[in-house]
Amino acid sequence: MWQKNAYLKKTRQGNVVKVVREHYLRDDISSGTPLDPQCSPSDAKLSADARHYLVVDTNVVLKATDFLEHSSIDDVIVPSIVLQEAKSRNLSAYHRIRALAADPQRRFYVFANENHRDTYVKQKDGELINDRNDRAIRAVVSWYKQLLGDKMQVILLSGDRENRRLAREECGAEACSVQEYARMRTDDKELLDLAAHWGQQEFDEDDESEGKSKKRRRIYEDHRPLSSLTQGIKNGTLHQGVLNVSRYCWHEGFVPSSIGQEIRIEGVSRMNRAMAGDVVVVEIVPDNVASRSGSRPGAADGPDADEEDDGYDVGDETTGLEASAVHGVDDAICLQGPQDDDSSTKPPSGQVVGIIKRAWRTRGYCGTIMPPRDGKDFVPGRARWVRFRPKDRRFPHMMMRTAQADQLLGKNIVAVVEEWQSHRRLPDCRYVRTIGTVGDTEAETDVLLMENDIATSPFTPEVLACLPPLPWDVGPADVADPHRRDLRHLCVCSVDPPGCKDIDDALHVRLLPNGNYELGVHIADVTHFVKPETALDTEAAQRGTTVYLVQRRIDMLPKALTEDICSLRGNVDRLAFSVLWEATLEGDVLHDKTTFTKSIIRSRAALTYEEAQTRIDDDRLTDDVSMSLKALARFGQILRKRRMEKGALELASPEVKLSIDTESLNPTDIGLSQVRLANKMVEEMMLLANSTVAEKILSRFPSSACLRRHPAAPRSKYEPLLKALEPHGVSLDVTSNKRLAETLDGAVLPGDPFFNTIVRMMATRCMNEAQYFGAAQYSRSEYYHFGLAMDLYTHFTSPIRRYADCLVHRFLAASMDQEVLPASAHDVDTVKGVTDNLNVRHRNAQFAGRASVTLFTLIYFKQKGTVTEAARVVGLRKKSVIVFVPKYGIEGMVGRILSGGEEAAKWDYVMNKSGNGVVSQSGKRSLKVFDSVTVRIEVKTTQGYEEEVIMSLVDEDAAQSADADMDTADAMDET
Amino acid sequence: MEYVTPEGLRTDGRRPRELRKLGCQLGTLESADGSATCEMGFTKVLAAVFGPRDTAGKLHPDRAVVRCQVATAPFSAGERRRRGKRGPLATEQAATIRETLAENIHLELLPRTQIDLYFHVLQADGGILSTCLNAGMLALADAGIPLKDLVGSCTVGYLESTPLLDLNYIEESGGGPLLPMAYQPNMDKILMLQMDKGKLPVETFEVLATLATEGCRAVTGQIRQSLMNHTKQLAVARGSV
Repeated sequence: MWQKNAYLKKTRQGNVVKVVREHYLRDDISSGTPLDPQCSPSDAKLSADARHYLVVDTNVVLKATDFLEHSSIDDVIVPSIVLQEAKSRNLSAYHRIRALAADPQRRFYVFANENHRDTYVKQKDGELINDRNDRAIRAVVSWYKQLLGDKMQVILLSGDRENRRLAREECGAEACSVQEYARMRTDDKELLDLAAHWGQQEFDEDDESEGKSKKRRRIYEDHRPLSSLTQGIKNGTLHQGVLNVSRYCWHEGFVPSSIGQEIRIEGVSRMNRAMAGDVVVVEIVPDNVASRSGSRPGAADGPDADEEDDGYDVGDETTGLEASAVHGVDDAICLQGPQDDDSSTKPPSGQVVGIIKRAWRTRGYCGTIMPPRDGKDFVPGRARWVRFRPKDRRFPHMMMRTAQADQLLGKNIVAVVEEWQSHRRLPDCRYVRTIGTVGDTEAETDVLLMENDIATSPFTPEVLACLPPLPWDVGPADVADPHRRDLRHLCVCSVDPPGCKDIDDALHVRLLPNGNYELGVHIADVTHFVKPETALDTEAAQRGTTVYLVQRRIDMLPKALTEDICSLRGNVDRLAFSVLWEATLEGDVLHDKTTFTKSIIRSRAALTYEEAQTRIDDDRLTDDVSMSLKALARFGQILRKRRMEKGALELASPEVKLSIDTESLNPTDIGLSQVRLANKMVEEMMLLANSTVAEKILSRFPSSACLRRHPAAPRSKYEPLLKALEPHGVSLDVTSNKRLAETLDGAVLPGDPFFNTIVRMMATRCMNEAQYFGAAQYSRSEYYHFGLAMDLYTHFTSPIRRYADCLVHRFLAASMDQEVLPASAHDVDTVKGVTDNLNVRHRNAQFAGRASVTLFTLIYFKQKGTVTEAARVVGLRKKSVIVFVPKYGIEGMVGRILSGGEEAAKWDYVMNKSGNGVVSQSGKRSLKVFDSVTVRIEVKTTQGYEEEVIMSLVDEDAAQSADADMDTADAMDET
Repeated sequence: MEYVTPEGLRTDGRRPRELRKLGCQLGTLESADGSATCEMGFTKVLAAVFGPRDTAGKLHPDRAVVRCQVATAPFSAGERRRRGKRGPLATEQAATIRETLAENIHLELLPRTQIDLYFHVLQADGGILSTCLNAGMLALADAGIPLKDLVGSCTVGYLESTPLLDLNYIEESGGGPLLPMAYQPNMDKILMLQMDKGKLPVETFEVLATLATEGCRAVTGQIRQSLMNHTKQLAVARGSV
């Protein structure tokens, strides 16, 4: 059957056009139930002995996705019109339902009602599209009812009362709301909680319909209609942008705007229900209004640098130098003082007047619920409103309705935002699941993984099916492969951090007959096992990178590959992808003699950095491995020197190293990690390999090659640092990386060895983040890697733990005509999609790694008790300073003064005129950036349940009594 | 954009290997020597044949010359736009059609003549080239020009790793490769196969080519049917049946 579907559509230019589309109706659409004799067994997704079948409507799919995802909901029929509607309204809800339907474990069936001859309904004249769609859903219910008769009950699950009524009348079918259904299902109590919010909402609706409480007090201004927003943006009175929010305060944010300056938004009312990440429309308001409307006028506290990252890849030889400061903009403010009185430099203030797109996470927010204010306990089993406090302070507290408040107290839970109406002070949220007890290491780790959107689910059977059987060994087929060279005779060795099981790189050097040296880098041949477009490949591309936490590793590839088959362990034959150079004794690499080849190698030794360093330093050792290491170290130094001459930056980052007790998982020591010559040697070889490969793949695939770039940061980003350096008589030249490197070398203060490290650390933060990209995305001049001073760079050397490297391996193999690239790798947009995902995953992995270090720092200090330590000021805020503790490599906000062991009454420092220091009100003491201070570090319980590392400034006068402080504090801890 | 749902249905409700509704009518223009309208879904093309005729100009001494022009109506797609018959696209399409259809004509039987083919795209919803070829085939038959075989044409494409048959406008704009094919079923000969846009691995290309031949066979089946019907009608009109 054949239907015409015509509708009017407005184009981008504003013309109204008539769109006519064909619509075919079919008679071969399966009902998906084994009770239907027509349905083939392969299509029968629903169960024959189900309790009943549920038909859901759009409302339910959009609002109660978690409810549907709950394992005790099954045998659900999702009409395709519902999916269509869901797709246009909330893409992520759509994907979640799609995932449910694709899951073989769940019995969700998508019924293509729109294309079924008997369930298609035509829109009547004057009928609203929503009514038509509701009618289509009811048609599905009647159709199934007719089909199944008495064999099975069909229930319509709908959020719309009218729809339910009509379903009962027209189809004679059972129809209920989510909450009614949850109440009906007495077998699972949790369902009721998932539906809790729903009950409330319907209750509200009832109220409105009866006109009882029409006059609710509005707390926030209503958002303006979309049409007036677009109008305002067009004529320049309004500005649109993504809202960035301070790390410590959800109602202090800014929106980057087209007027060149950021628009600051301060205060709850000006925020007008916008949340971090939302696309908002802002109106600029004069500043004097600000004080009236209750928002804080003047200078905002910059976001804290506390959780800031430094852009270093943890434990990575190849990217140690790649500066990739993640939140340049945020950091820039952390040095900023109060605004000067002249308003010309002052960023304009704004107010949110509309929200274009909400960035509410569908995966939810982790957090805890706060104990009742009156100090009484929650009554078990009684539904009530509680306050939910997200872990991430960029988001406001939320209100949650739950009947299990007594059980949730003291637990880390996940909640999703429901809505934020103008008469509600805080947004409403809904409980999703419990992660674990607050303070428990495992649960806290799960929280940080969840907050950073890292998938921890085990690999699926389909993925594991792609692995070769264990035990695996190099087979005759590999040896016979004409493209694979047998390099087992070479003296190859690997150097990695201690305890490293995923060894993806190995090195060798040997003297050639012509007096030159052959240098070789051998990288695990991961793509030999991870073939394109397999389940394994898709999963790896999705994960993007292995995530390293303090006590745990979340692998990108299954363990068999990561630790065994691909890992270049000592004294076993392994497949590798080798890059071989010829270099003269002076260290000149002869680029025309470079070869790339797949190979078989046998690592003579898998060393740690420490062991390698010992071998390099010990002159008595003359065995093959030690001699090659010595030669490699020499080449490493030469290469490094050349690179530095070209302008590569040597940057510092507080890379924290934690020693962990293997049994109890408790941290035993904490400090900054050490960089040895051996680390630098490996790093140089990897950099050489990466840049050589980048050139090769770009020459063959000029539009789709996957590369890595590091754009230079504009001067404005360095401005706060330069300002802070002024009083110390140090200036940096940020015009080029070479000049910056030179001036950084010159930034030393006599008698202060740590000053230079801190300057480097802070300079790193001013920089942009390095990123993966497809060659077509940028022009050639933009490929430049600022931190490494390289024209071309990519990632080739760690395919076991980075997906980008796997991609590059495929490109390299294809550029040698040994393998065929999958069609997707030729497609510029596909490559962009993959690299964009990799950039996000890479950043999340770094954040998670740091959050894990923070977690273990907390545990460490909890065990250790209070300590007093020297620290340096690295940032100034309005009511606090940010300090860095070199001994432990941690950074924190200090907002309290201690004198003589007692807490001083008040933080009495205020910002000085020039904004580069704070002065106490008595005028006696002052603090500037880079000043040395003494801080006391302790763990305290805040806000009911959460524990935090708290630092307090020890008054210089009372510093002598610090030891005494410690003793008393210890004693207190013990009691 | 999702072009094929996990249930295996395309945006318009077809399965990946299904053709659109195909409609053929012969003799739709009285003034032409031969004419036909072909509809593939919502793509509708009117073809008119004038000739073979003797005209002044560069005529070949031992075979007929074929000329071709394609015009697209401004109202053919949703948005009204002037679409000329001298645009680069129209010129290219006209050349392809001329080459393809001329290959199917016994040109050597009609020396020193000219055959003019005129195409008017009345509605455009994807697969214009294929619809033109089908309409042209029918119009040539209607004009009584000696043909070697039937010709059927259809377009295949590749989107979301799925080979699709007979793409509509939305699917054509999906960015995947497009392969219009023209095929002579009895001689089992591919007259024309193009690949517009994109790249494909050879294996996929082969799958697509096979699918296209199957599609073309189905189209020629329809074309044969409509030719038979038309001939029957003519016979009835003449009273010979």
